Amino acid sequence: MATVKLDGVRKVYAGGVEAVKGVSIDIADGQLCVLVGPSGCGKSTLLRMIAGLEVITDGEISIDGRVVNRLEPAERDIAMVFQNYALYPHMKVYDNMAYGLRNRGQSKEEIDKRVREAARILELDELLQRKPRELSGGQRQRVAMGRAIVRHPKAFLFDEPLSNLDAKLRVHMRVEIKNLQRSLGVTSVYVTHDQVEAMTLADKLVVMNGGVAEQIDTPIKIYEKPATTFVASFIGSPAMNLLRGASAGPKGIALAGGQAVKPRDFQMPETGREVFLGVRPEHLTLVNGGNSDLELSVIAVESLGADTMAHGVLAGSNGRADKIIVRLPGAASIKEGDVLPLAINPGMAHVFDAETSKRI
Amino acid sequence: MQTKRTTFSSPWLPYALLAPQVIITLIFFIWPSWQALVQSLYRQGDAFGIRPPTFVWFQNFQTLFADPLYLNSLQVTFVFSVGTTLLSMGLALLFAVMVNRMIRSRNSYTTFLVWPYAIAPAIAGVLWWFIFNPTLGILPYVLDMFGYNWNHRRNGNDAMIMIIIAAAWKQISYNFLFFLAGLQSIPNSLIEAAAIDGASRMKRFWTIVFPLLSPITFFLLVVNVVYAMFDTFGVIHATTEGGPAQATNILVYKVYRDGFVNLNIGSSAAQSVVLMTIVVVLTVIQFRYIERRVNY
Repeated sequence: MATVKLDGVRKVYAGGVEAVKGVSIDIADGQLCVLVGPSGCGKSTLLRMIAGLEVITDGEISIDGRVVNRLEPAERDIAMVFQNYALYPHMKVYDNMAYGLRNRGQSKEEIDKRVREAARILELDELLQRKPRELSGGQRQRVAMGRAIVRHPKAFLFDEPLSNLDAKLRVHMRVEIKNLQRSLGVTSVYVTHDQVEAMTLADKLVVMNGGVAEQIDTPIKIYEKPATTFVASFIGSPAMNLLRGASAGPKGIALAGGQAVKPRDFQMPETGREVFLGVRPEHLTLVNGGNSDLELSVIAVESLGADTMAHGVLAGSNGRADKIIVRLPGAASIKEGDVLPLAINPGMAHVFDAETSKRI
Repeated sequence: MQTKRTTFSSPWLPYALLAPQVIITLIFFIWPSWQALVQSLYRQGDAFGIRPPTFVWFQNFQTLFADPLYLNSLQVTFVFSVGTTLLSMGLALLFAVMVNRMIRSRNSYTTFLVWPYAIAPAIAGVLWWFIFNPTLGILPYVLDMFGYNWNHRRNGNDAMIMIIIAAAWKQISYNFLFFLAGLQSIPNSLIEAAAIDGASRMKRFWTIVFPLLSPITFFLLVVNVVYAMFDTFGVIHATTEGGPAQATNILVYKVYRDGFVNLNIGSSAAQSVVLMTIVVVLTVIQFRYIERRVNY
């Protein structure tokens, strides 16, 4: 049980590449913090710095109030689950889990007790005498988790632990990890590039891009009020529609395609300012002609059963305008070439400064 | 399992294509081996044709295993091959671990460490002959400063140490390459996981890295024993010639001495049959083991 605190952490590699550019995160005791971002955004580097596998160039990392910058990984009292599980192939499951305890000089009885307890929690009892190569992907994943929990560490670190599993197992293990973390109440840092994993697991979500934490908040707050255009397009699927335009005072926002939009419950930026108008595909509703905010000419239709995705551009824009995706409920009867009158749900429009990409 | 089938236009073509390899094997391997087998059962006739060769069953082998010189040679071979194998593999592993930790200079070190392998055994022998030469050599000179009187021409232990070093030196390159490849195939995350699990650097090596190298270590063990027993003729011929007083007369060298220098063909043939048996046994062990561990 511990807090994890990052204060202005930077990482510059020998070649001069700055992978992490000053990140500060406060993780409370028992919280599950997810670092999410595209590949190369520095999230794994950040995790490896917490683990002690990478040297910290600048800033401070403390675990349970103790600065750990100069401590060896073993002295930080953390456990890590690797993407490829990193199970010791020549050891049985039992020995894999016992290895860390033996290195710390625990008594035989204590080791046995803890390994059996972890095996029971993770339903590995039958597999203790097997070698890792005799296990399935999901079982290996559980052994990796078991190796982490037997140690009773101050914090768990997860480095994309589910990305080697197939889609079905991934959903299953996601729930298991969440439940396990809840019941053990161990502070955790979880790295993923999958935004669904990020949304479902996180108590605190950190969206990273280019070595910077673009936004740190609860998943719902991030979904509702993305701080930048990057966060807006990264969180949510399909991605938020971002339409270039300029504030035109009382008429609303003049979009690049020629239409002007005036969303309801909306704080209009000052006239003339270049902006991005952001609307999520699920916040556009098909309405009768007269009440529409904008008109979409459909280019392609994807029917998913539960939803229908309509891809298109603003009507009358001759293809110069930004592409828009709309999520319509059920099997909507629309086809390519249709012109759809759409309304933006009240209060669901976002506006970002075109230059800084920041939310206004 | 899917099998590949090739159709030949002429029924003789496949045999013609196989012929060169088959002929070479027959002439240079099967025929001499057969000759050795036959010879080992005969007692040599005299040079004037007065007494023809006589068939003596296994008398040559009986004489051989009763001969204290042969038993001594067995012991010398044992010491020599164990010494050479341990020295070359130990140093190679040490070098491989050190080079594996380098990042930028790894390739240059690898190149330098592999060079000795390209040198012929006889040349290596002569090289060491000069280095160890009691009158001209640099090493006896240095040792003399420490008060040790090196003379491999009189001291059997000195001679043994010299040929072990000379034979192992060349083999280090070969072992090094295998160990380095083995080390690089171990995922880094395993080492990191062990570090997080609280294992010290030494402990990580002995509990994670070394066990994972074991298939390679075993393979090299057999290869090195075979090398030390059979491929070191050149080294010994160029340095000690089996001396002093049989101290470095390993089996392979003794076959040559007894057969071609002392012209005791029957005994020499029996000795080579014994050697053949050893090779067969080592090869069987090798294949068995590799087959078993191939999926590791």
